[in-house]
Amino acid sequence: MTDRQRVLLIEDEPNIIEAIRFVLSRDGWQVATHPEGRGAVEAVRDRMPDVLILDVMLPDRSGYDILADLRADEALRDLPIMVLTARGQSKEREMALEIGADVFMTKPFSNAEMLEAVRALAHRRDTA
Amino acid sequence: MASDRMIGARIRARRFDRGLSQADLAKAAGISASYLNLIEHDKRRIGGRVLAAVADALGTDPHRLSEGAGPRLIRALMAAAAATESDPPPEIDQIERLAADLPGWTALIAAQSDRIAALEARIAAMGDRMAHDPALSASVHDVLSMVTAIRSSAAILVEEELEADWQRRFHRNIDEDSRRLATSAQALAGYLTAGEGAAFDAVSPQEEVEAWCAERGFAISGDMPVEGDLSEGARALLGAVLARAGADASRLPDSALLRGLEDGVDPFALASGTGVDPGLVMRRIATLPRERLGRDVGLVECDGAGAILFRRPTAGFDLPRYGAPCALWPIFQALLVPHGPRHDVVRQFGRDARPAETWCSVALDHPAGYGGPLTARATMLILPGAAEDVPPTLGTTCRLCPRADCPARREAAIL
Repeated sequence: MTDRQRVLLIEDEPNIIEAIRFVLSRDGWQVATHPEGRGAVEAVRDRMPDVLILDVMLPDRSGYDILADLRADEALRDLPIMVLTARGQSKEREMALEIGADVFMTKPFSNAEMLEAVRALAHRRDTA
Repeated sequence: MASDRMIGARIRARRFDRGLSQADLAKAAGISASYLNLIEHDKRRIGGRVLAAVADALGTDPHRLSEGAGPRLIRALMAAAAATESDPPPEIDQIERLAADLPGWTALIAAQSDRIAALEARIAAMGDRMAHDPALSASVHDVLSMVTAIRSSAAILVEEELEADWQRRFHRNIDEDSRRLATSAQALAGYLTAGEGAAFDAVSPQEEVEAWCAERGFAISGDMPVEGDLSEGARALLGAVLARAGADASRLPDSALLRGLEDGVDPFALASGTGVDPGLVMRRIATLPRERLGRDVGLVECDGAGAILFRRPTAGFDLPRYGAPCALWPIFQALLVPHGPRHDVVRQFGRDARPAETWCSVALDHPAGYGGPLTARATMLILPGAAEDVPPTLGTTCRLCPRADCPARREAAIL
């Protein structure tokens, strides 16, 4: 079990969580989830995933604030992070990348595209 | 003083302009060329008799040399030069000279620059309103979240070999999400239309006036004071709306109006019985408190170009918040045949739409006298809840309308 790569998904939509969990699990990932902004940073510290998927519009806290907190933590500075958002404007993308996202993915996305991006993030980390 | 430091430059610029050497100007002004040189480089102060002599020799007034264009105008010109790139670029070092020689044109450049800046700020504010409107943002986010879940679940069903349990789960998820999507899309469409008494951040004076009237249930009258937190444009517009309400009421007092409504709402019968314009009757009906009329009522007025002048939203017949209304609304049909008042029963597309009676008339006028331009004011009274049911044929605005075969469609629907 410990050999499987771990992904943490911070997302509040149950059916998006279920679909992403299914797709990643089938690809051999160990998927953990956290459904809200509150406690998200602690969840990342506790689980120390190989890849983090972070929704921006969470009900109680902006994903960008969480992202900034994570990047301010020395231990999490290199954690591969994919940001999911319904806002796809270039301004939004620039902001996400500036704060510290590695990948910016707009909703709706294709499962294959999401899976490919997660694999690429893990590969980048393994070869860094 | 700042302007003192510019006197030398102004004298030099004027002298170049007139093709004079320092020696020529010095001689004409009765001073030495070396003294003029010091003045031009602001190493000597100049005033009184010498300034008057130099100004006279340059064919200008002393105050033009001493005061220049004034710091505010110079700042405005500098801002105008910085705001727009041009080829060749503006001659910044000649600003003083431009202002001195062509004060009227200079003031116009500054005023145009200020106006452009103000318009740009307004456009930015309106764009910002769309981009950062929290209600709109939340609604769009909901729709996109549902679409994301449906797309991912559907792709799993299509692309993966699934056990029966998983198939059922994803089918159930798609069913749930598609229902939620329908609700979210409906809410988004609802937001994009101006519901009755809807509170929103008014941007235009017309929206401010509508919000002001909505706060008072549209029971407005000519004796109401123009009060509240309104922009200058909205105050002027509201003043005109209230004045019109007052004039309408003086021609058709409440007593006559209510008596005429005893047998039902028929603006044309009431107009012919009282000898007033049908549009006036409709406006009067639309300013009655709901409890006195006993039913919902809406009103739309537009000019000859179809631009909306006034709206009273009502439940069951949506008016667009953004964009131009549906061209098939009876008011626009009436506008095309001004002498043919209309009474229709219509229904918009949309889950919350109800059959509505509409009454339309168009008043033509020559406000500048015959020979002057012809103006039109079309009025549509909307009475939702018509007894007769009809299929939907109208939309709110093209972007929110699902009608595929519409002969008047201007643009594609977004939903």
